[in-house]
Amino acid sequence: MNLFSIAIRNLLYRKLPTALTMLSMALGVALVVIVLTISGVVEKTFERTSNVGYNLIVGAKGNSIQLTFNTVFFLSQPVENISYSYYMEYMPGDDRQKEFKRIGGILKEPERSGLYASRMKNGFAIPLCMGDYIGSFRCIGTTPDYFRLLKHGDMNDLDYRFSQGRNFVDYSDEHGYFEAVLGSQVAAGMKLKVGDEIFASHGAAGGTAHDQAFRIVGVLAPTGTPNDRGAFVNIEGFYLLEGHIAPDRDEASGIEKKGTIVAPERESALSKVRLPIEKREVTAILIKSEGPRAIGLQKDVNKTQFAQAISPIAEIAGLLGLFIQPIKWALLALTSMVCLVSAISILVSIYNSMSERKRDIAVMRALGASRDHVTLIILVESVLIALGGGILGWVAGHAVGPLANAWTESATGVRIQFFNVNSALEPWIVPGLILIGTLAGIIPAMSAYKTSVAKSL
Amino acid sequence: MLEIRDLKKSYAEPSGNPLVIIDIPRLDIGAGEQVVLRGESGGGKTTLLHLISGIVTADSGSIKLDGMELNKFSESARDRIRADKMGYVFQTFNLLPGFTALENVRLGMTFARKKMNLERAKDLMNRVGLADRMNYMPNQLSVGQQQRVAVARALANKPRLLLADEPTANVDPANQNRIIELIQEVCREDVVAILLVTHSDEISKRFERVERLEQINLAIATAGAMEL
Repeated sequence: MNLFSIAIRNLLYRKLPTALTMLSMALGVALVVIVLTISGVVEKTFERTSNVGYNLIVGAKGNSIQLTFNTVFFLSQPVENISYSYYMEYMPGDDRQKEFKRIGGILKEPERSGLYASRMKNGFAIPLCMGDYIGSFRCIGTTPDYFRLLKHGDMNDLDYRFSQGRNFVDYSDEHGYFEAVLGSQVAAGMKLKVGDEIFASHGAAGGTAHDQAFRIVGVLAPTGTPNDRGAFVNIEGFYLLEGHIAPDRDEASGIEKKGTIVAPERESALSKVRLPIEKREVTAILIKSEGPRAIGLQKDVNKTQFAQAISPIAEIAGLLGLFIQPIKWALLALTSMVCLVSAISILVSIYNSMSERKRDIAVMRALGASRDHVTLIILVESVLIALGGGILGWVAGHAVGPLANAWTESATGVRIQFFNVNSALEPWIVPGLILIGTLAGIIPAMSAYKTSVAKSL
Repeated sequence: MLEIRDLKKSYAEPSGNPLVIIDIPRLDIGAGEQVVLRGESGGGKTTLLHLISGIVTADSGSIKLDGMELNKFSESARDRIRADKMGYVFQTFNLLPGFTALENVRLGMTFARKKMNLERAKDLMNRVGLADRMNYMPNQLSVGQQQRVAVARALANKPRLLLADEPTANVDPANQNRIIELIQEVCREDVVAILLVTHSDEISKRFERVERLEQINLAIATAGAMEL
């Protein structure tokens, strides 16, 4: 026999108090593991979302966090709009000129390339129009490039795939400009499928629906990104909806000129007439520009009076630091308090047993055990309770993750495996338990140390 | 093997005055010798056993075990000597309730420096007639069986000296002689000296050497004279 087996025997002899104190420690550790798992999922979701495939968002001057929330997460309200002609300045190569010919309308210096074209080599600019809803889900007007040029996934190397149908096109003979693609959660939540019609409502969920329907031509396979919660419509069709036509503005003051919101004449929904360039605005532009060019571009855009360029990765990292990390630490502090309470219960349980164990301790001393031996036995008991309960709690905490996978994977795209270590803090649980167990055992161990053999026998 | 010279031990009375419990000028026990120590209750028998085993320290005097002066050692050193060289049988057996009979015997060897193996513990259980009770818990054994386990435990570490403090006080008369026979037989076989404390005439008759505490402990004579 050794001190370890003596400690185990002592614990087994007091099964009920041992089990109860282990259970309380298990609860505390399970809570810690759950908090770490949840924060790991949230951080991973944010990281995954921040791998958006573009390195800048350009929008109207205003709150950068609001622009990030609105553009990346489809939350909050759009900041303001910027002109479509300004978006065209970002088109690489001679795309600006081609776009003018494709859409038509009024454009200054239509023969030149975009002001930022030289910085957009091998890059792209994708426009977004926000503000409408499909049910409670955001409706986003964009181009087919959104699903053609952007990628997703942890390494940002996954193409967007469709579980049903296909991407919408610029113009189709069947549906004109009115095609739509739904995110997986939108289709599931609203029980929609390819071939169904959707009507966007203007300005708010449950607001007045537009008269013109969009035909669903595709449903995205789940991506674990906010795109699962978006309803994407052809920007050309978006512009043709009532209320989406930009007024003329005074060049100097930017004030709207009355009576200038005029819809183009179209004989039918399949008409190829587009809204001209000068009547269009965009909410945001997704920019991919190569490394150093992006930094220079961001600086130049931010010098303007009306636009801002933000790095979504930097903004999301800022959000993590501003909101998520403090919440995580607060929850960890709270769950650690639970562990501390459990440690106190270990102390109380063992200490209370010392009065009935004085004789046993005296017997061991009479058999030749030193004070250090009996002290160590008590400390080992305390550490074993803490560790045993901690391991139980670790298992229970980790079991919650896979059990909740049905929800978390569909909501966040993150799949939690049982043996996932979700945080760099998790390996510290075992040393923490040993420390807690040791500290909890000190007072009862001192009681064992001071036991008078002669008086107790 | 055991030499005691001018051993003195006193405790403080409630009034604060020192009360001399032990005042033994001389006591020797040879290797393998079996000695009974008789005395009335309160005479200091248990205190003497505690002094010899190193559980308490004397105020003055000398206790030598195999030439080692016990009073000069630190407490932890005395613990080690007790673990290596002494066995202790208590009046109330004091088996640990959470351990089986075999495990209680193995406890007797756990703290000794010379490591004994499981076979020795099983052999002792066999010699005390409890080979078929090794995995029984103490509360599953009779009183006589518990005391036999206690004897086996005391001998587990192959001690030089066995101290027994009224080992049959809680055993029924039918088993008392058996327990004493067992102790004497096993100690004789292993050449273990015995210092057995009792106030029983029956038991004293079984030993060749009987010491009376009143004759060797001057503290008793002094206390008696003071009463007169």
